[in-house]
Amino acid sequence: MIVATSLRKAFGKLRAVDDITFSVSPGECFGILGPNGAGKTTTIRMLFGFTPKSAGRLQLFGLDIDQHLRQVKARIGVCPQENNLDPDLSVRQNLEMYARYFDIPPPLARRRADQLLSFIALEHRQNARIGELSGGMLRRLVLARALINEPELLILDEPTTGLDPQSRHQLWNRVEALKARGLTVLLTTHYMDEAARLCDRLMIVDQGKILVEGTPLQLIHDHVGAEIIEVASPNADLRAFVDRSGTPYEDLGHRLIIYASGGAEYYHTLSREFCQSGCMLRPATLEDVFLRLTGRELRE
Amino acid sequence: MNRRPVSPRLPTRRLLRVWQRNWLVYRQTWLISFLPPLLEPCFYLLAFGIGLAQMVGPVISSAGTISYTAFIAPALVAINIMQSAFFETTYASFVRMYYQKTFAAMLATPLTLEEIITGEILWGATKAVIGSALMLIVISCFGLFHFPSALLLLPAALLGGLAFACAGMVFTAIVPAIETFNLPVFLFITPMFLFSGTFFPLDNLPAWAQFVAQLLPLTHVVELCRAAGLGHPLPATAPALAYLTLWCLILFPLALIAMRRRLIH
Ligand SMILES: Nc1ncnc2c1ncn2[C@@H]1O[C@H](COP(=O)(O)OP(=O)(O)OP(=O)(O)O)[C@@H](O)[C@H]1O
Ligand SMILES: [Mg+2]
Repeated sequence: MIVATSLRKAFGKLRAVDDITFSVSPGECFGILGPNGAGKTTTIRMLFGFTPKSAGRLQLFGLDIDQHLRQVKARIGVCPQENNLDPDLSVRQNLEMYARYFDIPPPLARRRADQLLSFIALEHRQNARIGELSGGMLRRLVLARALINEPELLILDEPTTGLDPQSRHQLWNRVEALKARGLTVLLTTHYMDEAARLCDRLMIVDQGKILVEGTPLQLIHDHVGAEIIEVASPNADLRAFVDRSGTPYEDLGHRLIIYASGGAEYYHTLSREFCQSGCMLRPATLEDVFLRLTGRELRE
Repeated sequence: MNRRPVSPRLPTRRLLRVWQRNWLVYRQTWLISFLPPLLEPCFYLLAFGIGLAQMVGPVISSAGTISYTAFIAPALVAINIMQSAFFETTYASFVRMYYQKTFAAMLATPLTLEEIITGEILWGATKAVIGSALMLIVISCFGLFHFPSALLLLPAALLGGLAFACAGMVFTAIVPAIETFNLPVFLFITPMFLFSGTFFPLDNLPAWAQFVAQLLPLTHVVELCRAAGLGHPLPATAPALAYLTLWCLILFPLALIAMRRRLIH
């Protein structure tokens, strides 16, 4: 579906995307994770030709993007990072006019708008102006707009950033329904729970380079193990014990993160002998992988 | 760095989709949009035609002697052509491009940047034609136009509208912020409004000023409008037609190139 080979984007001296190679199969949900400025949006924008690539090869649906940009764009749905809905038009008009940009004839555009309005549960607001909608409604409308051409590939750039938990779950449900229909999805996100829930496979990028790639479970298994012990305000004895045991850990000063793949046994020893309180054994998550690989310092 | 040459893509008929989007928005507010071209000529004709005309008397030129009101009536249409098209592809297009991200949204569809920009320019010219049609009706009610030749104001509005829409789009591609449009308005639009044979014949100016006026596009639009409105012989408009055509042939590709440089990174 997508084959990107040594894809690069340079803005002057900065390599926002630095020779990355990845591919996405039909029906798959593929995630791109990475800190702010990692190059996620830039990668996505190259996929639909918004940003011309500096080097590398890019094939979508078996077509080279350099020669077939228009055909490729006709088969993609894009949900951009910032809502760029048309504020001069109503909710329904946003969908119908967007369909016209794809050269979809008006009667069909109307039918698809009907279906999509019910899919995103916005029929009752179909005549509202864009400015009257809440953040969650806007995001759902952007999703519907991305589906107006019945794309084979759906690109979602941070679909749920800034939404409340209800709206996030609503959006996830919609995306899962689309996945079930066999739609290929490419997704970027800062939320690890979102990635773990939606993505079949993902890659973590930083400074334009791919750090790792794999299924969420496999990445957790390979990079942090199944379980994590977190210790709040560790004392010197505990530090010495962990050090001696050779278990990998991270020292955040007031907090220890121990990658204890050994699990229960180790935890019991630790909590019996050193922890008065503030010791916690929990399953490892994608967030642990992310922080371990990309570091804990602020970006930019 | 291995940068591919950015090939300019010729716009196809899909650019009409962009035009349609603006037409859809315009129709929703047509009542407000219709008022300026309907009322403006009335104000001008009242102020200049009744107030000023008594002081200045008839205008005597090579084409004959006409009342001052009849002299300025076609120029009012020309000014409207300039303003409708120029303000559409400057302020209005800039808002769509910069604040509303409408162009960015369109670029994720099969539309190309060239089609978007051409659609916007065509829309700017369309607004000039709509405005001219409305003014044509109003001014005809005062009996100031010669028919059927006055109908040629509509194609003149299309050509003049394209010329000013292209010029506006070039500015839109290069201004850093919307306030910067004050500059071309003050240095380009306002002087033309006054010195393009609009409110007095160019013959009244010194030779050097007449020469400068000939370089301004509005002079030629006024020329076309006066010929159409007053029923002057058409062959005399050939230089104006040639000038405006050339102007479009230069500024249209310039607008496309400048916009590509601005928006595609
Ligand atoms: N048009 C541009 N000109 C110059 N630099 C740019 C441009 N667009 C992006 N960049 C730079 O490229 C890098 C990658 O940006 P990008 O938007 O792809 O990051 P991202 O992973 O999407 O970040 P975020 O999570 O904040 O959305 C950043 O350092 C950014 O400043
Ligand atoms: Mg981004």
